[in-house]
Amino acid sequence: MASVTLTGLVKEYPNGVRGVDGVDLQIADGEFFALLGPSGCGKTTLLRTLAGLEAATEGRIDIGDRDVTGFEPGERDVAMVFQDYALFPHMTVTDNIAYPLRIQKVGRDERSARALETAQGLSLAALMERRPAQLSGGQQQRVALARAIACHPQVFLFDEPLSNLDARLRLEARTFLKQLQKSLGVTTVFVTHDQAEALAMADRMAVMDGGRIRQVGTPREVFQRPANTFVANFIGATPMNLLDAQVVGGALDFGGFTLPVPGEGGRASAWPVAEGDKVVYGVRPEYVQCLPAPAEGAARGEVTAVENLGVSVLVTAQAGEQSVRAVVPESDEPALGDTVHLAPSSERVLLYRADGDGELIGR
Amino acid sequence: MSTVAGQRRSGTGSGTVSGSRSGTGSGPGRGLGAGALRLVAGRSVMYAVVCLLVVFFALPLLWLVLTPFSPTPSYKASLSGFTLANFEDLLANPQTWPSIRNSLVLSVGSSLLVIVLAALAAYALSRVRIPGRDQLLYALLLLSSIVTGTAAMVPIFLMLFQLGLIDRQFGVVLVLSGGLLPAAVFMLKDFVDSIPRSYEESARVFGASPSQILRHVVLPVIRPGMATVGVWALVQVWGNFLVPYVLLSDPSKQPAAVVMYTFYDAGGQPNFALISTFALVYSVPVVVLYLFVNRRYGFAFQGGIKG
Amino acid sequence: MAPSTSPAADLAPAPGGAPAPAPGPVATTPRARRDGDVVGLGRARAVAFVAPALVLVGVFLVFPAAWTLYLGLLDYSLTGSGAQAPVFVGLGNYTSALSDPAFAKSLYLTLLFVGGSAVLGQNVLGFSLAWYFRAAQRPVRATLSVLVLLAWILPGSVVAFLWQALLDRRNGTLNALIGTTDMAWALDHPMAVIIVFNIWRGTAFSMLLYTAALSTVPRSHLEVARMAGATRWQQLRDVVLPTVKRHILTNTLLITLWTFNDFSPYLLTGGGPNRESEVLPVYIYKEAIIGGHLGYGSAISLLLLLANLVIAVVYVRLLRTREPEAA
Ligand SMILES: Nc1ncnc2c1ncn2[C@@H]1O[C@H](COP(=O)(O)OP(=O)(O)O)[C@@H](O)[C@H]1O
Ligand SMILES: [Mg+2]
Repeated sequence: MASVTLTGLVKEYPNGVRGVDGVDLQIADGEFFALLGPSGCGKTTLLRTLAGLEAATEGRIDIGDRDVTGFEPGERDVAMVFQDYALFPHMTVTDNIAYPLRIQKVGRDERSARALETAQGLSLAALMERRPAQLSGGQQQRVALARAIACHPQVFLFDEPLSNLDARLRLEARTFLKQLQKSLGVTTVFVTHDQAEALAMADRMAVMDGGRIRQVGTPREVFQRPANTFVANFIGATPMNLLDAQVVGGALDFGGFTLPVPGEGGRASAWPVAEGDKVVYGVRPEYVQCLPAPAEGAARGEVTAVENLGVSVLVTAQAGEQSVRAVVPESDEPALGDTVHLAPSSERVLLYRADGDGELIGR
Repeated sequence: MSTVAGQRRSGTGSGTVSGSRSGTGSGPGRGLGAGALRLVAGRSVMYAVVCLLVVFFALPLLWLVLTPFSPTPSYKASLSGFTLANFEDLLANPQTWPSIRNSLVLSVGSSLLVIVLAALAAYALSRVRIPGRDQLLYALLLLSSIVTGTAAMVPIFLMLFQLGLIDRQFGVVLVLSGGLLPAAVFMLKDFVDSIPRSYEESARVFGASPSQILRHVVLPVIRPGMATVGVWALVQVWGNFLVPYVLLSDPSKQPAAVVMYTFYDAGGQPNFALISTFALVYSVPVVVLYLFVNRRYGFAFQGGIKG
Repeated sequence: MAPSTSPAADLAPAPGGAPAPAPGPVATTPRARRDGDVVGLGRARAVAFVAPALVLVGVFLVFPAAWTLYLGLLDYSLTGSGAQAPVFVGLGNYTSALSDPAFAKSLYLTLLFVGGSAVLGQNVLGFSLAWYFRAAQRPVRATLSVLVLLAWILPGSVVAFLWQALLDRRNGTLNALIGTTDMAWALDHPMAVIIVFNIWRGTAFSMLLYTAALSTVPRSHLEVARMAGATRWQQLRDVVLPTVKRHILTNTLLITLWTFNDFSPYLLTGGGPNRESEVLPVYIYKEAIIGGHLGYGSAISLLLLLANLVIAVVYVRLLRTREPEAA
């Protein structure tokens, strides 16, 4: 097993697009690491550069204690599962799983035996003589996994391996993959555009945008303290409220209403903001209360939309010039046009810079 | 012939009935009776046209099917009795089998040459960015439709003469392959382009060498494309008359396409017994082969010329 | 609990004591070659893969074409003084061709042949068949398409006999069918015969290509048009034709070039009677191979080639200009 270290990695395509634009990252030995980001942000490019399928334009890649930057893909001791699985259509399941062993010049009998052994672990033993076209999506995905496992690599690279499965299978595969990775203990880089997948499976994750990494941390850290407005907006089942505000007279002026500068125990000093600063006030809808009567630190608004989320309700209200979302229990569901009083829990509020990359203020 | 009327009609069977019910339907229901009538008229015209087309395409083929079995074969395509005597004549003719064999040599030889060279070229052109590859392909394709045929027959004749390849089947194979290659490369490249690169990439990550990837992955995956192009080349050569006619003068080397024109008797009259049976025997293999491949793999050329 | 709030916070120095980049693999894998080259073939090997095909095509296709150009400048014949010592006559062959009424007539007949049988005949019939097959019943479709295909794949020599039998003066199937006697179709209407023949022979290609093209028209587009109340004809014009425009152009180009160079009219009419159906390939054949005037024949070959190039260029132009519209 091995750690993976990327230093100043850049991948520029011949057409001038920078798929990866200066990435520094360290992935620990045995870690399940998720790369999350919107489509086109460079996740696949990063993974392919790591695999050696694309040559790095700048920077360096270390796997374990080897600098593999100029290595051929086959010399890097990694295994990759492609989004379309890339199972060889003319080979049986056995031959597909055993293919890495064939390259390693393992004898035919031993190959088949080891392929069967791996396949049994993934409940594929009954399908060994089939061809990929005769398998369901979930089975194909497991064959692709088995093929990656069979070559005992130092690092697994997964490019959206669950995206071709239907919703239910995807949930099952998520659990299964996570358990499998833990039992094998192989360092894993898992690319996905689905934040639920990343949050659920990863030990640590990185959020990417425009070829750069915008935040690295555990799923909890990323969820609770998004490092900038991009991550704040991207992560979460319902997007975070990001409201423009200005510090006026020691409070936050939202244009139409004001709220106190949040702070742990009411200490405004927790947020180093100065009079006149423009900030972005971020709070998840889950942490906004929707009160029927006016209260301290609440903004008055009018309900403009009510969406059912199952056990809870997403309320959108217009407060002054701002549109604010709150998640309330279904028992408290207001009606359209009702006047409500929106109270953010102040210890959950995050303040971001209104300029630059919208970084979190303070730390 | 509106589609709405078509659906109604198939639902209710009679135009007038559905017309009287049209009050319950939506707007376009008005005038359904007339619509259905027009539909019937349209259908009849359509069927008449289709029948005419069937006759048009079938009529010339009639002779090929009937005459070989006629006791009195002539230009007349009629079923006046049934006999296999003409086939006995054909079998007895000393030129029959050698010419079919020559056809086989020429077409299998050209087909193999075309497949191998086209597969190599198509793969490299599809996967490696060689400068000017699109223009090259395009120019060759145009050139091949331009130059094959009569336009370059004279220089080809002179060139083969200089090379000492006149009256040699090898020369004919080379000339025919050269003419077929551009289109073959084009079709195969289309095919290779449609194969996901992740197959090769995945093998590559497992450490396979270029030659291993080619042998284990690429070759098996593009085999259907090669089969299609191979049969296409085979059919083209099998039916080609002009090139072997101009380049081969020794009757013992000539293929069936040319030999068919030698079945005339002393008076200059065509020997219908020989010609009709020979035409049938000579046509069947290529037709069967083509229909088989067409059914199995579909039409290879999707017209995907990129501008 | 100090969550990292910037990527830089996670920047760890590269592990100490990492070995220097291994020189071996780096040296054998120049970075530039990998882009798009998934097998790691490399440009040199790629060129080696393409080379044999290119050589064969170069020697047996490009070189004869170039030689044609050169021969056209000589007074070169199979017999007589031109055979011993061909004289350089410059553009003489070309001027005599261009002032030869037989050439002008042959060119005119060729245009008629190409326009009638390919651009109109095969194109329209092929498209109509493909369009009709989309909704046709299976047996009808199977029967008709197999017949059309047969006409296309039967060997040329066989086809020539079939048509001679069809059109024969005394025993011909056509005369028998429509009750005419002693009607020598190939003599009385030679151009009509070769045009109809070429439609019969070549429609299959257009039919196959258009069938493939029509299958790329998304169903939903047609359905949207239908729900908007478009008639069949409007659906065809507004939805289908714009989608398959490239295919139409490609098909028209290919069948035009093929028909331009088609020698098979010779097998039906021999160019006659009285040169009434002597299209350019037949004209060249008669001049160069039968008449032995190789230089003159080559000059005409070159003119034919130029005509083809003009067509190809016009086609590429059309494809370019229509491109943004189609996208
Ligand atoms: N082969 C390529 N050539 C040029 N640009 C590319 C290529 N592959 C990807 N890109 C571009 O690089 C960016 C990142 O793409 P990708 O890594 O595939 O994103 P993701 O996997 O996150 O969706 C995109 O803007 C994409 O258009
Ligand atoms: Mg991707």
